[in-house]
Formats: sequence, structure tokens, C-alpha cells
Amino acid sequence: MVYLTRKIEFSASHRYDNPAFSPEENRRIFGKCNNPHGHGHNYKLEVTVAGEPDPATGMVLDLKELKEILEREVMQRMDHRHLNYEVAELQGQIPTCENIARVIWNLLEPKIKQGKLHRVRLYESPDLFADCYRNGAGGARTK
Amino acid sequence: MSGELKIELGRRYRFAASHRLHNSRFTEEENSRVYGKCNNPYGHGHNYVLEIRVSGDVDPATGMIANLADLDSFVRREVLEDFDQHSLNEDVPAFREKIPTTENLCIEIFERLKNSPMARLESVRIQETANNSFEYTGR
Repeated sequence: MVYLTRKIEFSASHRYDNPAFSPEENRRIFGKCNNPHGHGHNYKLEVTVAGEPDPATGMVLDLKELKEILEREVMQRMDHRHLNYEVAELQGQIPTCENIARVIWNLLEPKIKQGKLHRVRLYESPDLFADCYRNGAGGARTK
Repeated sequence: MSGELKIELGRRYRFAASHRLHNSRFTEEENSRVYGKCNNPYGHGHNYVLEIRVSGDVDPATGMIANLADLDSFVRREVLEDFDQHSLNEDVPAFREKIPTTENLCIEIFERLKNSPMARLESVRIQETANNSFEYTGR
């Protein structure tokens, strides 16, 4: 098994606010992330696909194809967008790293036909990230 | 697709500490051969980067596996306060006996964090320098 990782970067804004909480609770739980007009991040996304290289091409999957999938599914949806208002898949959810990573997983998994989506890692900042994968997926814990 | 979807939260912290690799049961020559410059008598230091990963259910109300402020203060209390700007050999009781290599540092930090009340600890990874990193998952 070989693990292939592609990185992309997108910039987006968000705000953490649960309408079921009072303003005080929102403030206490989410802190600065609750500021009314939102804020933004340069998100870094690492997508890892696992598979056996095709003997004819030497590739697990065609990187061009992966690049196009990421452009269509992630960049066009999220880059320079407000995650709370402009991303349908995040409606009704707090746009945390955990939830965005899961949304990205669900967008990508059915689109990857060669190899298998192994891991999605989304960095909100260099010190905070979320990983999403299928339980029991063995193999490399790529950095 | 087999296997349920699993989400982990990763968080990085930084601390600066000194250490010296020296085994009192070795001769001076053995210490010097085994540990090289790391055996220099007065020790040296690193800017360590500690990366932890925790797993758990994402709370639908907050979108979070663990409240970051709570997680940060837990790590600060259990690890950073004892390690940052300290000598690992002199100031951390576990390293009176064990050699403060980064392998052992991973294990010590895992032990300190594994009973986190907010989420399940999956991994402790430490970068000793930009070129060396070590990871321990409790197994």
C-alpha cells in the first residue's frame, strides 16, 4: 500500500455561535470565536489517498484528477467564502475544524475512484488541526 | 465503506527545556560513545514542539471534540508548567531514573495526559528539532 498526500490552501471566514445558547453562553463557550462579525483563517488541507500503484502508470491515482476534484469540491465551495453563510453542507453546524474536516471527507470520499481516501487533515492554524478517517484504517500515520 | 468515520483533534504546544543524556551505570567512555555531544556535562536545550491528538464524539451543540480552552489549561497544568524553561534531568522526577531522550519524554507526557477528562488521548508526538520527531500512541 502506498499513501499519497496532496496539500491545498484556502482562506475563509467563520463565526462560532449556537442560536440555542444565550449570548452569555455563546461568549463563555466560544470566546473570541463568537465575535459578531466573524474572523478568518488560511486553512491548509492535506488529503491522503491509499492504494497500490497501477503497474501500467506507476500511479495510485492521477494527481491531476485529484487536483481537479479538490478544486471543484473544496476550493470552489470554500475559498474566499464565509463558511456560516455560503457553504450549504455546513448549515446548522458550528464551522469548527472538526466539522469542516468531516464535510470535506464526505465531499471527497465518493469522488475518489482510484485508491481509497485514507485521511483528511485540516489545519486552521499551525497549532490546531482535525483529522478525519475511517475507523480501522491501518497503515501510515502520515505526518 | 467499512468503518465508521472518526474525527481527531490535533493541537500543538511549545516548550523549551534542557537535558543531558547520561547513564550513571555506563563508564565515561561508554556515555561519550553512546550519547556523543548529548553527553556534554552541563547539558543543552531544545525548543520542543508537542503535538497531541485526541478523539471523541463531536458535540453537536459546540462542533467540538473538546473545548480548546479546557484542553489547553489541562496540558498547561499537567505538562507545560513542569517542563517549560526547566531542566528535564533536575526538575522532572521521572527523569531522575530514566534518560530524558525524546522517546522517554513522549512516554512521560502520554502518561500525564492519558487520563484527560475531556477526550481520549490518541497520540503524543514531539519534535525535538525541525529534523527529529518521535511519536507514542500508548501501545
